[in-house]
Amino acid sequence: MIQKEDKIMLGHGSGGQMMHKLLEDVFMKHFGNPILNEQTDAAILEAGSAQIAFTTDSFVIDPIFFPGGNIGKLAVCGTVNDLAVSGAEPLYISASFILEEGFLLSDLEIIVESLASEAKKAGVQIVTGDTKVVNKGKCDKLFINTAGIGRVSPENRMVTKALGIIPGDIIIVNGTIGDHGMAIMNARESFNFKTTVQSDCASLNHLIREVLETSEVKFMRDPTRGGVATVLNELAGKIQLGIELDECELPVNNGVKAMCEVLGFDPLHIANEGKVLIVVSAEDGPNLMKVLRNNELGRKSAIIGRIVSEHSGKVVLKNETGGRRIVDSLSGDQLPRIC
Amino acid sequence: MKYVDEYRKKELILSVSEKLKAISKKEIVLMEVCGGHTMAIHRFGLNSLLPATIKLVSGPGCPVCVSSQHFIDTAMAYSKLPGVIITTYGDLIRVPGSSTSLEKERANGSDIRIIYSVLESLEIAKANPDKKVVFLGIGFETTAPLTAAAILQAKKEAIANFFVLSAHKIMPPVMKALVSEGVKIDGFIAPGHVSAITGTAIYNDLATTCGLGVVVAGFEPVDMMQSILMLTSQIESGKPAVEIQYQRVVQPEGNKIAQNMLSEVFEFRDDRWRGLGIIPKSGLNIRDGLSSYDAEVQFNVSVPESTEPKGCICGQILRGLKTPVDCGLFGKKCTPSDPVGACMVSGEGTCATYYKYRS
Amino acid sequence: MCLAIPAKVISIDGSSALVSIEDVEYKASLLLLNDVKPGDFVMLHAGFAIQKVDAEEAAYTLQLLNDEEKHRPGSV
Repeated sequence: MIQKEDKIMLGHGSGGQMMHKLLEDVFMKHFGNPILNEQTDAAILEAGSAQIAFTTDSFVIDPIFFPGGNIGKLAVCGTVNDLAVSGAEPLYISASFILEEGFLLSDLEIIVESLASEAKKAGVQIVTGDTKVVNKGKCDKLFINTAGIGRVSPENRMVTKALGIIPGDIIIVNGTIGDHGMAIMNARESFNFKTTVQSDCASLNHLIREVLETSEVKFMRDPTRGGVATVLNELAGKIQLGIELDECELPVNNGVKAMCEVLGFDPLHIANEGKVLIVVSAEDGPNLMKVLRNNELGRKSAIIGRIVSEHSGKVVLKNETGGRRIVDSLSGDQLPRIC
Repeated sequence: MKYVDEYRKKELILSVSEKLKAISKKEIVLMEVCGGHTMAIHRFGLNSLLPATIKLVSGPGCPVCVSSQHFIDTAMAYSKLPGVIITTYGDLIRVPGSSTSLEKERANGSDIRIIYSVLESLEIAKANPDKKVVFLGIGFETTAPLTAAAILQAKKEAIANFFVLSAHKIMPPVMKALVSEGVKIDGFIAPGHVSAITGTAIYNDLATTCGLGVVVAGFEPVDMMQSILMLTSQIESGKPAVEIQYQRVVQPEGNKIAQNMLSEVFEFRDDRWRGLGIIPKSGLNIRDGLSSYDAEVQFNVSVPESTEPKGCICGQILRGLKTPVDCGLFGKKCTPSDPVGACMVSGEGTCATYYKYRS
Repeated sequence: MCLAIPAKVISIDGSSALVSIEDVEYKASLLLLNDVKPGDFVMLHAGFAIQKVDAEEAAYTLQLLNDEEKHRPGSV
């Protein structure tokens, strides 16, 4: 229940528990309907005899240029991936721009060029858009809102539903975690760390198509804000089974690992923009790993955990020293600590 | 990572664990007084590797947890003054004061910035000559010298718009106070990085006068296990002493440069520890000669009388008398996303650690 | 108060040192530490080098531990 004095805080946008509470308390309360209630990355809609996936996203990232990309590239990757992990073939995107008065046209062109280039790479067309300009100070350089439409094949319809998941099934990620969030944080804050950590932002639809063609995927989701931990906690809650992760198997870039140690962060809670979590049966694992590793976006794929019958609804990490601990979803923002 | 990975090797941890189980006969209580140690114990699941005879309790080792509500409320009051930029370590942002938090005040429009190094505050001060930059100085002897260095640097560069609100505290008085209160402690696991600065002489009293062993411990699981082994050995043989396990970082004389800066900038004062009350000569106050950098001297704000939240037993938890699971609010009304007491807000607070690493 | 990480000194520049942790670089303050040279390891806490890591002591501790581990019954 919201109180009159309650205000939006930065933690509400971080993809973790605070954001979920906001969704429940305000948005779902008023918007709730069967399609929206699924709260998947894309809504699957019946349009006559076809099924289409429909998604929307807003990009407000700061800084707009970061190691590994910019807000334009991210806008395409984010939208394409939401469609792809829903089992859809991404087809069309809209791009609406809110521009701050005074924003450099040359910067805008670089961003638009990146957006176009990434769209071409992903094989999607930008078919409609909008442009608005607001007074200086009313938005931070530029915000981009997108909507995306894709075609769903009947056999891929169910990948978001997490049906048929049983103890013994395994969880795979297509590469190193925490890169995007760490690259952004480093570019944004005044902490003055110099790293080679780059955002992993990438359109995953071609990789995911290969995966869907060769494996029986039981569940897929891209771990964006809130990180791997948040997605897996949602999954564990949905299927009412437990998830066990193996710390030794988590692929983490050395630079990301070092930054996490310095600042006291957990890579499991950091955003990714070029990663997908896939649940398959243990038998399907080796084949899927081969398919993933064959693709440039899956070279560092790893089996990071499995579904278990114990501690239903919870995610537990077996750490490198043999101990075990619970992994929660992200609560608010991650804060660099001295302590 | 060098000097980290080697101390996380499973075989070494188990080897020390077995030795410990072989020598431990007496039922003993060992207290660690460092948030970093609390975290390490739970992150690496060390409790499960100890014999049933050894009980670990957490003391008041988290500087955020023990910073008084008055300090938070004062920081909040400063943030509402026009032209003030608050700079703080991330640990403090969500700590609840009497009625609000820095995070909530930031949502209300206050300029509150998270920094990694106090020197960033100096940069912000130089970049904003028309603003007043107040740094919230929390931390024990590991972190206080950094604040001291920043103040001396501000003096050197004639930066006139940099101020510090000091809540810095030192360890030995609170360790002695707990023993005097009669809290059951058979030995102390001493904070490794505090000791890297102070050296080990500060613990001699505890060993000679109170008959309590003190082992200065590092933060990796092997360090912690080895330290517990050393303490247990001492207790089993009846020979309490001050020993250093963390020899790769801690020298008996400590860091003299840091110690000199501390005494140049700070003097001791009686200080309020949240949940523990006033402990004599346990806090660090900026000396008169440097009062132009002291926010408490330079700013005039009125701060309401603070009250402890109802049902919160942080005080008893900080003394090691109770554990988070004994608190009626733990995990229900008091969670990391909705903290009531400071022990839950701080990432290294006992309650936050118990919650995060619960099995 | 304790979050400090071992970092390798790459170069010295007056009162600061360029240090690296894996491939992450940071300009750490040397206001609290002198007698530091490239190749040394220091403990980095909140932007400052607060103490050197004594390589010999580190090696000695690990040697002791590794020897004990080898002599454990059941160790491989």
